Amino acid sequence: MAKSDKSVAVRGGSAVERADRVENPGFEPEHKRIHDVNPEKAAGAERGISILFLLSAILSVTAFALNFLFPIVPGDLWSVRLNTLLVGVAIAAGLLTLGVGTVHWAKALMHGHELVEERHETRGDEPTRKRAIEIFQEANKESGWTRRRLLRNSLITALVAFPIPAIALFRDLAPAADPVKALKHTAWKAGTRLARDPSGTPIKASEVTIGSAFHVIPEDLHNYEETFLNEKAKSAVLLMRLPVEELNISEERKDWSYDGIVAYSKICTHVGCPVALYEQQTHHLLCPCHQSQFDVSNECAVIFGPAARPLPQLPITVDAEGYLVAQSDFLEPVGPSFWERTQ
Amino acid sequence: MTVATKSKPSRQPSGAGMRFVGGVANYLDERTSISTAVKTLGRKIFPDHWSFMLGEIALYSFVIILLSGTFLTLFFEPSMTEVHYDGSYAPLKGIQMSAAYSSTLNISFDIRGGLLMRQVHHWAALLFVASIGLHMLRVFFTGAFRKPREINWVVGFLLFIMAMAEGFTGYSLPDDLLSGNGLRIIDGMIKGIPGIGLWISYLLFGGEFPGNDVVPRLYMLHIMLLPAIVIALIAVHLVLLIVNKHTQFAGPGRTEKNVVGSPILPVFAAKAGGFFFLVFGVTMLIASLVTINPIWAYGPYDPSPVSAGTQPDWYIGFADGMLRLIPSGWEIVIFGGTLSLNLIVPIVVLMVFLLVVAAYPFFEAWVTGDKREHHIAERPRNAPTRTAIGAAGVTFYGVLWAAASSDLIATHFRTTIEGVIVTLQVLLIVGPFIAFWLTKKVALALQRKDRELVLHGYESSRIVRLPGGEYREIHTPLDEFEQWKLVSFDEYQPEVLRPNARGKITVGARLRTGLSSFYFEDRIAPVTKPELESASQH
Amino acid sequence: MATSPRRGRRHPLASIALLLVGLFASGGAYALFTGAATAADNVPSAAQVENGKALFAANCASCHGLNAEGTKAGPSLVGVGALAVEFQVGTGRMPMAGSGPQAEKKPVQFAQDEIDAMAAWVASLAPGPGMPDAEYLSGGDASNGAELFRINCAMCHNVAGAGGALTEGKFAPNLHNIDPVHIYAAMVTGPQNMPVFSDMNITPEEKRDIIAYLKFMDENGSVGGLDLGALGPVSEGLFVWIFALGGLVAITIWLTAKSN
Repeated sequence: MAKSDKSVAVRGGSAVERADRVENPGFEPEHKRIHDVNPEKAAGAERGISILFLLSAILSVTAFALNFLFPIVPGDLWSVRLNTLLVGVAIAAGLLTLGVGTVHWAKALMHGHELVEERHETRGDEPTRKRAIEIFQEANKESGWTRRRLLRNSLITALVAFPIPAIALFRDLAPAADPVKALKHTAWKAGTRLARDPSGTPIKASEVTIGSAFHVIPEDLHNYEETFLNEKAKSAVLLMRLPVEELNISEERKDWSYDGIVAYSKICTHVGCPVALYEQQTHHLLCPCHQSQFDVSNECAVIFGPAARPLPQLPITVDAEGYLVAQSDFLEPVGPSFWERTQ
Repeated sequence: MTVATKSKPSRQPSGAGMRFVGGVANYLDERTSISTAVKTLGRKIFPDHWSFMLGEIALYSFVIILLSGTFLTLFFEPSMTEVHYDGSYAPLKGIQMSAAYSSTLNISFDIRGGLLMRQVHHWAALLFVASIGLHMLRVFFTGAFRKPREINWVVGFLLFIMAMAEGFTGYSLPDDLLSGNGLRIIDGMIKGIPGIGLWISYLLFGGEFPGNDVVPRLYMLHIMLLPAIVIALIAVHLVLLIVNKHTQFAGPGRTEKNVVGSPILPVFAAKAGGFFFLVFGVTMLIASLVTINPIWAYGPYDPSPVSAGTQPDWYIGFADGMLRLIPSGWEIVIFGGTLSLNLIVPIVVLMVFLLVVAAYPFFEAWVTGDKREHHIAERPRNAPTRTAIGAAGVTFYGVLWAAASSDLIATHFRTTIEGVIVTLQVLLIVGPFIAFWLTKKVALALQRKDRELVLHGYESSRIVRLPGGEYREIHTPLDEFEQWKLVSFDEYQPEVLRPNARGKITVGARLRTGLSSFYFEDRIAPVTKPELESASQH
Repeated sequence: MATSPRRGRRHPLASIALLLVGLFASGGAYALFTGAATAADNVPSAAQVENGKALFAANCASCHGLNAEGTKAGPSLVGVGALAVEFQVGTGRMPMAGSGPQAEKKPVQFAQDEIDAMAAWVASLAPGPGMPDAEYLSGGDASNGAELFRINCAMCHNVAGAGGALTEGKFAPNLHNIDPVHIYAAMVTGPQNMPVFSDMNITPEEKRDIIAYLKFMDENGSVGGLDLGALGPVSEGLFVWIFALGGLVAITIWLTAKSN
């Protein structure tokens, strides 16, 4: 008794095995469907289902025909809408009638009794398991897998080594150049004019009225042909003009702006979305992706949200013709943080 | 209830048609031994319950995705070569864009049925992941992951991950503004991984973001590698389903040793086949009535613009929400490197969450120590602690998911973004505990109610006056079949801490005993036979 | 009920006809009305300015001061120009209802000639942006407009013009079916927290293109079907869970229920 008790405990773990469990009452009496007892109803269901199937065929042909009755006319959006709507609804109706008919057939007319299948334990039965072990043992003996250790271990070594060449093969997924260097530079250089995005026309300081926000690219950005988007992804800048008295500028940045005009990287220091929602009264910048907020009047310090660093500022000044120009590149890498950015 | 069918002999099939079918079957069998497959599978039993059809929704939406996706590949051009758009959509005429975006516009406006197929494909994709999610919840809350199905749970979990990967790669292919910003977020997250992040990003994008390579690379993943993996995993999933046979809910006649339901041929095949057309029909109906991802509104990808309400598709939402909920300033400089905790913490939290989901069956099996096979699906109330853990997990996921639409919640409920985010930050920590506590209470209360029902029956709302002048409501007792559904469930009790064979109490044993009492301390035992008998006395 | 005669019911086509008549009538009235408004704008008479001053004193001065010099409750309006008045009052934002994060669009409180009068008076205080020429309010290149819209506007107003959230409860409004004058005015005057897009940033021709794009979206609707508020993946995700999966679950319940 004690022994069998223990074996139950091992199998069921903390499960409680009760001798006084309620017993399974066995199957319920069969339930007859109206279609089983009433042949007239069954014949009716049969008719109804065949009508559904025929309707489905008609709808599918209709969907085919609708393509020609309501064709897509290039340049006419309404024709696209109509074609999509009518053809789609006709196909859908054809599919749904087909599905409903089939399921209804199964539910109402096919043999309705529940059937029972025995379950067996998932593990193989004892003779099978024994034979499987035997096969492994024979294979071991015939190959000498455990006996010939040198052979086995050298094979394992070879197998481990064989994917190694692939690592080198994948190296050319990226160019050879050092990514750290690339990320620390943008298209801005001393003297590059600030230009409107997307036209590339340069901006005069006098054009930037108080409360304005200009979306800015370097004037020569269009010279980058192949790497245009890569450079734009780092060089996009937002130019704003605030009343000078509302700008809190630290000592080392006092020459970076011009008469209340400030330029900040548009690339969020969190994960790189363009931070472009500028509120001209509160001077807050909001990133629409993860809601980081930056205070433009306070050197774009983070005031809310997951970003950790202020947006980098682009030092600007005015050239002889009155156009806004960059004094230099950004003095720190723009965009999201990466391990090497401070190295 | 019979093992064999006992239908009356009806009209015997005969004639040329039948001879032809017979001939074909013979031809095939002599070459493929297909009769063996029909013999083993043809009359396999599949239990009937609505919640057992959820996996089928996933399977069928995957078939729809394959069909519509094949159509789309005929017209989509996976290239980032710059072209000037010259198609039908006036507001983009002459704009420079990638060939990928331009060909997606052409599919939408110039290809017969193209927009319909794009919408079918995308709706089916959202449905695919959603139905996998719901299917997983069903499996979790009914304990259908228990032995012998732990491995199939892991296979299903991998399918869920692969479905998300398929979805995300597909979302990125049109190279529109929304998907480009999505990729940029992924790029930013990757770059945040210390040491290797920058290199992974560089290799993925073929240089700097966005480069000219990522669309064709994702396309290869999207239409070849990932679908191949998904198909292989589905095959394993279904083979294991056949090997393990489906679970069934407790009911009269149903035991751990049998499976009761409809045979594959003909009833289940007809239902499942019909259901395929229903899933297809519903998807098609939605695709023809409701727009999804109108890429023409977003414009081609350009790193400078962005749209308000930039969100990923729903299944990536939880990750996006996690990014949004990190408070300001989580970044440190250590050993000269920048450690972006605002990216690393979300990545780690999400990984741990997913690992917990994947490993749960093994964890619970370790806590209960139960090595028996389980084929009866549990009602969630009968495993209160597991159900409560599930509810806590759902709450955690739900808060993250909600956080991904913090801006839309703010505008729609006329409140502030800041308020929404702070509330969700608190809820992310507190919510799962509240959900756990509340769910456990409710589950135990429902179990108590079940006991009450079994012992005293339904209130009949008929009140009689007893001879002694006392009023009493007549209770209608349940019949034995209804009773059985309520009393047949597994019962566990907390483990007692015992020294092992060598007379030691290990840390593992201590932990396990602690967890065992956490799981089973509050429990309601099923009604026993003596209880039932004594209750029916009065 | 089902068998009751249909006498007295209107023919279904009748309502469509009525609708069409209504649309034509209102369209005509609108054309007349806006024509008159532009004509009146160009030549503000002294009487109009006086009238505007009186209206201002009665309705606006409590916050903006008797001479529009501004108070604690409202900013100075000296130099904001006639266009700012047209925008703020013509969209119902002013007079402002109660306090909130921002002034919101609501039913217009004044007749157009009253708005014009106030605009004329405010414009007389100091030079500021005036009403745009009619040529900048229609026509234009939607393609160029769309590109400018994505770069300058979409981050707040959403690419489809569905609007979006700003900080502390403020929001960028929906841009569907907005009078072109008000779109133009918003860009020039930068109401509330919206930045100013002066003619030196976005030229009047470019503004016309942006208006052309917004009107293109208004006129062409959603090609793919119901747009679910044009809010993107969030509404699509909710739709798929509630309607697609919800509907299919309902089907599974029917499918597995026992036939009677």
